[in-house]
Amino acid sequence: MTGYRLDRGGRIDRTRPIEFRFNGCALQGFAGDTLASALLANGIGVVGRSFKYHRPRGLIAAGVEECNAIVQLGGDDDAPNMVATRVALTEGLDARSVNCWPGPNFDFGAINDRLGRLLPAGFYYKTFMGPRGFWPLYEWFIRRAAGLGRVPERRDPLGYEKRYDHCDVLVVGAGPAGLMAAVAAGRSGARVMLVDERPEPGGMLLDAPDDIDGHPALDWVAAVTAELDVMANVRRLADATAFAYYDHNLIGVIERNTGRANLRERLRKVRARQVVLAAGAIERPLVFPDNDRPGVMLASAALAYVERWGVAPGRRAVIVTNNSSAYDTARHLKARGVEVAAIVDLRATPPATALAEAAGAGISVHVGHGVGGIRGRMGVTALQVAPVGEVGGDWIDCDLVLMAGGWTPGVHLFSQSGGKLRWEPDLGCVVPDRCVQAERSAGACRGRFGLASVLADGTRAGAEAARAAGFAVRDVTPPVASNGPALELALIWEMAGARGRRAFVDFQNDVTAADIRLARREGYRSIEHVKRYTTGGMAIDQGKTGNLNLIDVLARAEDVAASAIGTTTYRPPYTPVNFGALAAQDAGPTIVPWRETPMTPWHASAGAVMYEAGATWRRPGYYPRPDEDMEAATLREARAVRFGVGIYDSSPLGKFEVRGPDAAAFLDRIYCTRILDLPHHRIRYGLMLREDGRLFDDGTVMRLGPDHFFLTSTTGNADAVYAWLERWHKCEWPALKLWITPVTTVWANAVVCGPHARDLMARVTEGVDLASKAFPFMAVREGKVAGLPARVMRVSFTGELSFEINVPARHALALWEALIDAGRDMDITPVGSEASHVLRVEKGYISVGHEADGMAGPDDLGLGRLVARDKPDFIGKRSLAIAAWNAGPRRQMVGLLPENGAALLPEGAPVMSVEAGRDPSAPIGFVTASAMGPALGRSLSIAMIDDGRALIGRTVQLSARAGSQRALVVDPVFLDPQGARLRS
Amino acid sequence: MLLIPCPFCGLRNEEEFTSGSEADRHRPADPIALDDQAWVAHLFERANPKGAVREWWWHGRGCRLWFVLERDTVTNAIKVVP
Ligand SMILES: [Zn+2]
Repeated sequence: MTGYRLDRGGRIDRTRPIEFRFNGCALQGFAGDTLASALLANGIGVVGRSFKYHRPRGLIAAGVEECNAIVQLGGDDDAPNMVATRVALTEGLDARSVNCWPGPNFDFGAINDRLGRLLPAGFYYKTFMGPRGFWPLYEWFIRRAAGLGRVPERRDPLGYEKRYDHCDVLVVGAGPAGLMAAVAAGRSGARVMLVDERPEPGGMLLDAPDDIDGHPALDWVAAVTAELDVMANVRRLADATAFAYYDHNLIGVIERNTGRANLRERLRKVRARQVVLAAGAIERPLVFPDNDRPGVMLASAALAYVERWGVAPGRRAVIVTNNSSAYDTARHLKARGVEVAAIVDLRATPPATALAEAAGAGISVHVGHGVGGIRGRMGVTALQVAPVGEVGGDWIDCDLVLMAGGWTPGVHLFSQSGGKLRWEPDLGCVVPDRCVQAERSAGACRGRFGLASVLADGTRAGAEAARAAGFAVRDVTPPVASNGPALELALIWEMAGARGRRAFVDFQNDVTAADIRLARREGYRSIEHVKRYTTGGMAIDQGKTGNLNLIDVLARAEDVAASAIGTTTYRPPYTPVNFGALAAQDAGPTIVPWRETPMTPWHASAGAVMYEAGATWRRPGYYPRPDEDMEAATLREARAVRFGVGIYDSSPLGKFEVRGPDAAAFLDRIYCTRILDLPHHRIRYGLMLREDGRLFDDGTVMRLGPDHFFLTSTTGNADAVYAWLERWHKCEWPALKLWITPVTTVWANAVVCGPHARDLMARVTEGVDLASKAFPFMAVREGKVAGLPARVMRVSFTGELSFEINVPARHALALWEALIDAGRDMDITPVGSEASHVLRVEKGYISVGHEADGMAGPDDLGLGRLVARDKPDFIGKRSLAIAAWNAGPRRQMVGLLPENGAALLPEGAPVMSVEAGRDPSAPIGFVTASAMGPALGRSLSIAMIDDGRALIGRTVQLSARAGSQRALVVDPVFLDPQGARLRS
Repeated sequence: MLLIPCPFCGLRNEEEFTSGSEADRHRPADPIALDDQAWVAHLFERANPKGAVREWWWHGRGCRLWFVLERDTVTNAIKVVP
């Protein structure tokens, strides 16, 4: 291909040259160029290499369907896998071909082309199967060989934003159909949005010259656009792609012309009452030997390069066609100074008018012929004309081969909307049939190709949409245009193949017609399977060029009609979308806004290392002193709780008020624990089961009055517990009189814990008798702490004497500081979640998410005594009585003392049996939690083991990663099984 | 993303709601009276029909109302159930 800039024409600004680089070469284009048109203008024919065979490739298209010119942009635009036809040329643009090294003109990977017989369809599945253990090596090779773009290393210097948008009528596509639809709907007063992926309106009228109302069609485009732009109810977005059609008329639009210099893209999520799809059509390639050589391109693309950018893609063209559009194309090209050497017409009897036109223009036509072969590896030098169905024939010198295989309607969005497609036998393509959502298609995307009928169809669709949206539509008359000659398309796309020459169906992924037939012989019949096995239609253009040819090849191999093959599923996005636009504002600290407790400023000033605590809360993990690592800080904090006094911020715990005359009855059904007889000012440890009998959550239930309860849940489950309570009340038992209020952030908690906790509390508490007799374990009192109104609860998550102080969140920081001040001489120690974990493990308390993993029932966790089986009913009760549940051994929670008391067992480590007759390599359970016990002074673990309680006193084996050691199975409560410490 | 008519708030985006599955499937009044097979069927078996279903939805990130609506599982067309 030897492209060059024409002296005249194109919609570029020749007064504004633009410097850019391609594969390191300094080049020049003009404002209005795309990277693709500028490359062509500079005579660059080879723009990249194919995926598998690394064959040299040139541009095949001018629009979004381009699948060969894949580039990596550098500098501030750093982005992988950009399609050159979609990249606007800007000053200093730095683009490189992907998938080739060192460059597209000389590429080491091209050896794959010679080894083609070793890389058949499905070669991934066949080649990289064994021997075992070789996969990492294969992966290393594949990752390097695959080598599509490189992920940018720097943050994009430009921003992105996303927003919701609404309109009465959304029109997708600003070609002749879309413009008429927008005018018809706009004149009714409906709020109209018109979006188009190109920088300027006109659609196909920009690519191929035509007349409207007796003048150049683009004059009409300008007039209509001017009318739309002054309508207050119409918004026109150029350079904006409708890429996805979701449920209930939600359309995703990526806007590149954002109107702000610091904003690269804007994602609009448009909820439209009615939609008009006027997406146009994409020209279909032909399948012949070496149809991928640089210089072979779509006929419509060649015309577009000439008309839009004033670039001739070659000097001497041959047009290969199965329809009459080629004759118009030939005439236009000739008028712009591109020599057309011949038209190769696959049809046996082209219309006489077409032949006469060609004869008049001096263009020779080879009727009933196709392409037998192409010469030129780095660029076409000649084409062999072969009679249809035969190989061999005369060669014609040319540097440009144009494929005119008819049109593939742009049904992508229609199909995404759930609409059903219908095969159009005369056109050999699919068109919209039955609509599911509030939309209609118009123009070429529903198989209307003549300009007059496209304009009329757009007018109809726009009026229909406005009417459906509730607007009165005045008569709108489409302008006068001609439909041109009929396509008279012959259903021939694939030509007879020369031996050993590849004829491509999917260009980027290197899928040939032979690959498709091979896949069929190997048993792949469904189009969805053939697609995945061969990867045909899975390249960057997602089958925009190749899908119909894939179906055609498969149908002929099966000897059935193409309609019997069906189509693959169209899924968003229509064209690639930047992750930046999808994330937009939700990046960095705003991706998940942290929830922080009121004590956070103090934690920060104390140097706490903050952890995620579940449900997007952040809480101290540990408070290292200088020269302390995590292990040392954790042990110091845990020991303070066991032997002195610690203070812990438990504010993130889920909290709920349940009030009403039926509150007690309701909670008695929710918890498997007994609630009805809970006395005032007493607390009970409550278990919630799911209806299948597994533990869902644990927490405390406190009774503050006859009809007034206060519950806590685990931090991570707070939202789920709230939804759970509401669901049972509102959907199952609405007759119960009560209401539920989540108060997680209304209250904040500080827990004072350790043998010296009471001494500290005595210094700061008013109005509460702290003596154990007056204020026993699992009781609640109201009074003042540090002069602040507070609820004080004797609950314990550590096994030690504990006072949990709840105050309104606004007082919490003052409370915390007062407690720290009051305990300074007692060496009060702030405790993070690491130490909290250690303390609960040593005490054998369960943790939801570790031991309670969604499979364990209450008895499995050693909590069977808390299940009030004599209650008439509670959630989960029936499941606990299922015979199968109680038939076999259960996986039960136990403690483990590993032989090596100085090292922790990895959490998740499998546990094996050492009993005779048992498979020593089959896991019988796993370690759920490990800690260095501060009181016991050694490593200990909790595990879930099959029939574990029966193994207490015996040993089990740990895997190699856990030191290949044995461990003694013990009761999971390592410390103070009678609970003397926490009741003290 | 569905557009869901909350009886209290009007049309809102699906992301504000939680689906609560089949509306006409209630907990048996006396689970203990069911044999194992019937209870397990209640727990795990769902009709999952093609076409219209009545289902619970919760406007949990809005007014927190539980309500029932009719949805077509093929087209996702939604009707409010009075
Ligand atoms: Zn609502």
